[in-house]
Amino acid sequence: MSRLKLSGVSKSFGAIQALDNVSLQLGPGEVIGLMGDNGAGKSTLVKIIAGNYRPTTGEIRIDDKRVEFHKPIDAQREGIEIVYQDLALCDHFTAASNVFLGREPMKRFGPFGAIDYEEMRTTSAKLFARLKSETRPRDVVRRMSGGQRQAVAIARTLLSDAKIVLLDEPTAAISVRQVAEVLDLIRNLRDHGISVILISHRMPDVFAVSDVIAVLRRGQLVASKKAAESSPEEVTGLITGAIEYA
Amino acid sequence: MSDTLEQAIGQAQHRSTFARIANLQVFWVFIAAVLACLALSVMTDAFATERNLFNVSRNFAFVAIIAIGMTTVIASGGIDLSVGSTVVLSAMVISVLMEGGYPFWFSAVAALGVALLVGLINGVLIAYAGMPAFVITLGMLSAARSAAMVLSNNKMIWEFGPDHDLLLWIGGGSTFGLPHPLYVLVVLTVVMSVVYRWTRWGQYVFAIGSNEEAATLTGIAVKPIKVSIYMFSAFTAGLTGILMAGWLGSVTTNLGTAMELTVIAAAVIGGANLNGGEGTALGAVVGALLIEVIRNSLILLGISTFWQGMFIGTFIVIAVSFDRIRHARS
Ligand SMILES: Nc1ncnc2c1ncn2[C@@H]1O[C@H](COP(=O)(O)OP(=O)(O)OP(=O)(O)O)[C@@H](O)[C@H]1O
Ligand SMILES: [Mg+2]
Repeated sequence: MSRLKLSGVSKSFGAIQALDNVSLQLGPGEVIGLMGDNGAGKSTLVKIIAGNYRPTTGEIRIDDKRVEFHKPIDAQREGIEIVYQDLALCDHFTAASNVFLGREPMKRFGPFGAIDYEEMRTTSAKLFARLKSETRPRDVVRRMSGGQRQAVAIARTLLSDAKIVLLDEPTAAISVRQVAEVLDLIRNLRDHGISVILISHRMPDVFAVSDVIAVLRRGQLVASKKAAESSPEEVTGLITGAIEYA
Repeated sequence: MSDTLEQAIGQAQHRSTFARIANLQVFWVFIAAVLACLALSVMTDAFATERNLFNVSRNFAFVAIIAIGMTTVIASGGIDLSVGSTVVLSAMVISVLMEGGYPFWFSAVAALGVALLVGLINGVLIAYAGMPAFVITLGMLSAARSAAMVLSNNKMIWEFGPDHDLLLWIGGGSTFGLPHPLYVLVVLTVVMSVVYRWTRWGQYVFAIGSNEEAATLTGIAVKPIKVSIYMFSAFTAGLTGILMAGWLGSVTTNLGTAMELTVIAAAVIGGANLNGGEGTALGAVVGALLIEVIRNSLILLGISTFWQGMFIGTFIVIAVSFDRIRHARS
């Protein structure tokens, strides 16, 4: 069974062909490391899976069922969660408000409803504890470190019972210790049967957690093979084009 | 280990209540307004009279009501330059209808409906056509005032039909010694303070202003909310138009000219961030209060009102630099 299956997915933005006939499979609890040069189409691919863009052609199947996402919420309903490359956080908001942005819990007072800040704080505190991140729910995101911001963005994905988590460069702007934490988190997700697509430019991170390595070059998928059967040298060659296809 | 982690997460920021209050711009603006009032009470006999305080509280209420609408727009990262023209359009609609013999309530609803239509047009062009708020509302500033002139044939209206006295009482009268516009302002301030903090709509206004991209990505219905924001702003202007018509007892097409600038000044002095994401209803009120106290004090001290702009300009610059200093510190 495949949790996620892309067949012949292409995407063009006007004259730019960002993705060209990409087919890819992801099993339950599997981690795919998605690599490629700047502009190769990695973010575009995960944004299509998350319902931000619609593919120009091609289809997406979740658990062998064909799906079509018009909005991010459609993908969320299918259990797909994404951490965006630029994190998509509101700087003026607290960590807790960011974790719950767009799905705030409401407390009812007769006919009236009010945002339940207490619930948002306690739940996000639990999520941060699970992520082993010293992030305080009441702190404003603007004053946070890169790692804490990352924790806030990742905590968002844990709010619902996600089947697939997409991480767009989660280790780009954080310290070595926090990279280890994020990698632990990815293993943690995998152990719970959650499938992960990890985009990263950092070879060691990708090899540390991925079952499968996929490489995009100018919108085309030029490799999708077991990490154990590949090597950083080969992947580098695939990214640059020194190796045509694997 | 896990204990200390949970402690660290559970920890509140180490700041006293006073430190938190002192970090609020609205606090300092309020202090400035109070100091100005105290100084005036000492320096002139005319300030602390019942008559003068009544006038001050009524005059600032008009600006403050719209400043709450403007704060909502600014907090969402936009701007609404058309509020002054919406004031005159609303005032003209209610005047023309009442002069034509229609009852107050019907005319008031029609005036508010027209104001909401102005906001709807602004909002749709900004949110769905993706045009800059500055340009759209600048166009509306011109168009709405022109509509008011067409409607009235550019003549003054001072007779309001059978409900004439009711209109004058609502806009210019008082209950328990307090002018009616002040009641409207208090209700609006309380309601909007609650709405900003405790409703999703309120939070999304600030989310859109803080990071519109993020708001969209998280599935917030950004476009309809933007439309509603401009409609709310126009609603506050329409409401003020009705109240001002009753207060003045006559309406000309000059009403509300350049009012948008005073309103924006009040919102910014009160802590609304022109980059979006910040602003409070109370701040808008206190900002408007400070501007009116400055205006009043210049009159009472016999200083030419030509100086008014200098003072207000200085306060705008102080307010914005206060914001920068605060952000630089943290
Ligand atoms: N919304 C858009 N409109 C137009 N072109 C776009 C859009 N998004 C992406 N592109 C283009 O599509 C191509 C792929 O971009 P994408 O962001 O997917 O690359 P990436 O692999 O994520 O790169 P990076 O490593 O820099 O994040 C680029 O040429 C980019 O300019
Ligand atoms: Mg990218």
